[in-house]
Amino acid sequence: MTTKISFRDVVKTYPMREGTFTALDHVSLDIADQEFVTVVGPSGCGKSTLMSMAAGLVEPSAGQVLVDGEPVAGPGPDRGVIFQQYALFPWLTVRKNVEFGLKLADLPAEERRRRAERAIELVGLSDFADALPKTLSGGMKQRCAIARAYAVNPKVLLMDEPFGALDALTRVQLQDQLLHTWSQDQRTVMFITHDVDEAVYLASRVIVMAARPGRVQRIIDVGLPYPRTEEIRLSPEFGRVRNEVWHSVYHQAPAA
Amino acid sequence: MTAISAPQRKTGGGAEGRRPRRSIVLNLVAVVIGLAVWTLLASVGVQGMPGPAEVAARAVELVADGTLAMDALASLRRVLLGFLLGTLLAVPVGFLMGWYATARGLLEPYVQFFRTIPPLAIIPLAIVLMGIGEVPKVFVIFLASFLSSVVATFQGVVDVDKTLINAARVLGASDRTIFLKVVVPASTPFILVGMRVGLGSAWGTLVAAELIAAQEGLGFRMQQAQLYYDLSTIFVGLIAIGVLGLLMDRLLLLAERRLTDWQERR
Ligand SMILES: Nc1ncnc2c1ncn2[C@@H]1O[C@H](COP(=O)(O)OP(=O)(O)O)[C@@H](O)[C@H]1O
Ligand SMILES: [Mg+2]
Repeated sequence: MTTKISFRDVVKTYPMREGTFTALDHVSLDIADQEFVTVVGPSGCGKSTLMSMAAGLVEPSAGQVLVDGEPVAGPGPDRGVIFQQYALFPWLTVRKNVEFGLKLADLPAEERRRRAERAIELVGLSDFADALPKTLSGGMKQRCAIARAYAVNPKVLLMDEPFGALDALTRVQLQDQLLHTWSQDQRTVMFITHDVDEAVYLASRVIVMAARPGRVQRIIDVGLPYPRTEEIRLSPEFGRVRNEVWHSVYHQAPAA
Repeated sequence: MTAISAPQRKTGGGAEGRRPRRSIVLNLVAVVIGLAVWTLLASVGVQGMPGPAEVAARAVELVADGTLAMDALASLRRVLLGFLLGTLLAVPVGFLMGWYATARGLLEPYVQFFRTIPPLAIIPLAIVLMGIGEVPKVFVIFLASFLSSVVATFQGVVDVDKTLINAARVLGASDRTIFLKVVVPASTPFILVGMRVGLGSAWGTLVAAELIAAQEGLGFRMQQAQLYYDLSTIFVGLIAIGVLGLLMDRLLLLAERRLTDWQERR
């Protein structure tokens, strides 16, 4: 298996009034091509910072972030990012939002329309293609954001607590939909969440992080087969992994 | 001019936009009571105070001989010219200040300083430097609308949601695209609110500028009337100023609603 995303000894510090604040302290992590990993940890442990580095939105203070063996130099359409706050352009319809990235890629109008259509259909928003974001529910907004990312066909999906603001039911639907799409196109997914159940249900590996300073605490292999089903979600094996993740998130030893 | 709401909030009316009939009835009742109180004050003999009937009669005269239309047009022409020039310059300058830290550093001290000076206070200087023709009047209005629009535009650019910018960047947008496709539309609501404030302060400034030196205009007419204790004409002038100001504000509000219909309103 080839490595898709590689964090090597990554440090991120922010200047403070006195001294510096260490948001990430020597984080090393490899994510394999076509792998689905989730990242959990207490808030402030640097999950978003880590992901933003892979996205090219934040630069490491030290160390390297590689995608396909190349150091990340800024954002690019090969890495799709999905934000918790949806980040839809509120003045554009669903279709125009989805076409945004395609226009930047200079695709001809015909092709653009086709690909947007397909992405919108994939997330089940066809009936709302011409609606403005303000008329959509939270779940539909996030579907639209996902369609916008899918449309440019990125090799990597970086998702920062994308379902964090949604109700439990919608959340489960979107999880299943995400896994279904992933099983077909096998993109590499780095998915941040604060929900232990979600972390275990989606991932083949769960990265547990710790705070102050932000670091990788443990990496837990889920070891459950795909496709994930309700049966798996309710199985004793799932429960065991869930307990293990829970423990390492909520009973973290203080930093040495 | 009516109060200006923050761009996120909705002005007046119910959540559905339409005013309920009840509130219109109450508005009418308020107007009738106001007229009654006015009539009462005039009839108990507040020194020289004309009643509504007298003022209405004077208004009819002023409309009939074309004076009111001429004055209103003169005032509107000045205001619209100054307002257009001010806004036209304010929007690019505001964008520049919001987008480039260097431009902000250079321009902000001036903008913030001149903003604290009421435009009216500039009138003496403008008259000395530019004479008593149209130029100083238009200039003062220009300044008033420029200052409020520039601050609103600049604030709008600074306040653009960073996640929207990041969302565009990760889709491959260049700085230029981000500016044109994200920053400009996202700050439109702020700009329109700034324009409304600007128009309000332009209108107020204009009338005062006309009080000082003019040959026509609503402010000039009231100034003349003052010399002859012609209170009815002053009242007509005041009402015309109020009505025109309200109309312009409503027009801009309408444009604002149209152009920013995409906003989530809570
Ligand atoms: N631009 C910044 N300046 C200063 N501190 C920051 C900045 N961005 C993030 N931090 C700090 O870094 C830490 C990690 O942030 P973040 O990656 O958002 O954590 P998480 O996503 O796990 O909640 C937090 O303590 C946060 O306050
Ligand atoms: Mg976060």
